Amino acid sequence: MQISVTSSEQIQIHRFNWLATIGVPLLALFFQAYVPIYLHFFTILDLPLLVVIFFAVARRSPISGVLTGAVVGLVQDSLTHGYLGLYGISKTVVGYLASSLGVRLDVENPGSRFLMTFVFYLLHQAVYQFIAHGMAAEALQLRWGHWLLAGFLNALIAVPIFGFLDRSKGGI
Amino acid sequence: MDLIRRHANVTVLLTVLFLQVVGLAVQVKRPAKQGPTRLIRLWSLGLITPAERAVVHTQNALVYLWRNYCYLRDVRRENDRLQEENLRLRLEAVRLAQDANQARRLQALMRFKETFVSETVPAQVIGSSGSENSRLIYIDKGAHDGLKSDMAVLSPAGIIGKIVGVGANYAQVLEINDASSGVGAMLEHSRLQGILKGTPAGETMLHYVMADEKVELGEMVVTSGGDRVFPKGLPIGRVVQVNPGPDTFLNIRVKPAAQLDRVEEVLVITKLDEQEPEFSAEAPMRAADILAQRLPGVPVRPPAAGPSVTPASGSTAATSSGPAPGPAAGASPSPGAASPAPRTRVNGATTAAGAGGTTPQTGLPKSVPQGSPPTSGSRPEVPGAGTSAPPPAAGPKSTPRSAGAAASPPGGAKKENPR
Repeated sequence: MQISVTSSEQIQIHRFNWLATIGVPLLALFFQAYVPIYLHFFTILDLPLLVVIFFAVARRSPISGVLTGAVVGLVQDSLTHGYLGLYGISKTVVGYLASSLGVRLDVENPGSRFLMTFVFYLLHQAVYQFIAHGMAAEALQLRWGHWLLAGFLNALIAVPIFGFLDRSKGGI
Repeated sequence: MDLIRRHANVTVLLTVLFLQVVGLAVQVKRPAKQGPTRLIRLWSLGLITPAERAVVHTQNALVYLWRNYCYLRDVRRENDRLQEENLRLRLEAVRLAQDANQARRLQALMRFKETFVSETVPAQVIGSSGSENSRLIYIDKGAHDGLKSDMAVLSPAGIIGKIVGVGANYAQVLEINDASSGVGAMLEHSRLQGILKGTPAGETMLHYVMADEKVELGEMVVTSGGDRVFPKGLPIGRVVQVNPGPDTFLNIRVKPAAQLDRVEEVLVITKLDEQEPEFSAEAPMRAADILAQRLPGVPVRPPAAGPSVTPASGSTAATSSGPAPGPAAGASPSPGAASPAPRTRVNGATTAAGAGGTTPQTGLPKSVPQGSPPTSGSRPEVPGAGTSAPPPAAGPKSTPRSAGAAASPPGGAKKENPR
């Protein structure tokens, strides 16, 4: 597992065309809503979160990460029965931190991507639970074992997905 | 301004977070169903659900093509199996219909109102919330098909949930294991009532059953009808765990009868009718009657003379509205009975064929008002004068599903009273 600190000169900022910018999150949201009809286990994955992390890290712009996280999170909220903003706030925080991390660390290799996704998944869950319990008075259920497993699986699947999404990158 | 410009990233982050927190607070404060949050949901669902509909319908078309034109190898075997199952279900249906008939008659006597499911709409599941924190599914029928909020959604195995949002061509169904869901429920045998709620982990728990009550594992939980969404008596699931809970209530975990994580087709109840049950004098065929049709007939025996033997000629429920006459009244088989000829059992009593309830020409029952006192013919006056007379005709016969036929012995029932 390689994690390396990258100097500012080495950082490569990527841009994406509009098709990838809109299409990839929409595709992730579509799969997230469609596949669990047949494979309920799929709900343990959070494809929209992976997409937010990927775009935030690749663009290396905190503002872009914040906006991507907020929009994707709000759309994901609107597919649920819960309040709008629970996923929105969680993914906003993750988008900001992921893009800030991308400025400082090399997150192009599989090891760092795995670790980064694992940590961000747990952070996402923690923020979600905090907001849901603190603001929306939803029942708090600390399922650490489940979250660790879900974090591991999301991190595992993030590596090939990020590798696939790398093809949509355009460097500047 | 310089400070904001210098920390633009943090400023944007805080602004976006602040806006969302304010929006969330407004929703929590005013949880209106069709409030200001509706628009973004509509946009999102307008983007996602058409694609889901298209994919699901294409997939269904392909599956249909495969099943109906390409994969017909096991059809004959399946046909045989289905025929056997059909017979078994018919027998079971007859038994249940008799119970239902009896219950309806009692309800009619008590002037209870009964809720009937009069209209349903089948629908296909096209999507889900895709979240572990929200158990929501989307179906491909909406307002155009007459769906509205708070309609019950079922599968053949049990209830699924209720509609919480309706679009033009889709509807949102909140499953019963969602944390925000609640269903009026009761235990089938003990009739203890409670409220079934979901948990964040996707389990279903029955709440508000007192700790001093005895709840058996495996007992069926059905809808109580108290929530005004689900009609009474629909299966919900079975009790799988009972623990003493906080306060004075039990923690009862229920395993849903329907597979909530694998729902593909559902039925939406779009109309419920409430009316007093009408008790029909026409009793359905009993299991024994159906079996008797399929078995070789019993040789004809000459009818015994005297009042002690009354041939079964169409005595049905209409003749048995009185209380149970006791074990001696018609319950004992006739000495001359050559076969276990069936007796019409209504309200716990085995009735005899009586002249008062039967027209001599046809063997069909006269109409007797509901709740009317028993006629003289409905109560066997003579021990052994039940419908257990030997069957007069041999051989299987297609017995019509009529009252007269129902009470007739198998194999030629319409023998008239020798008197």
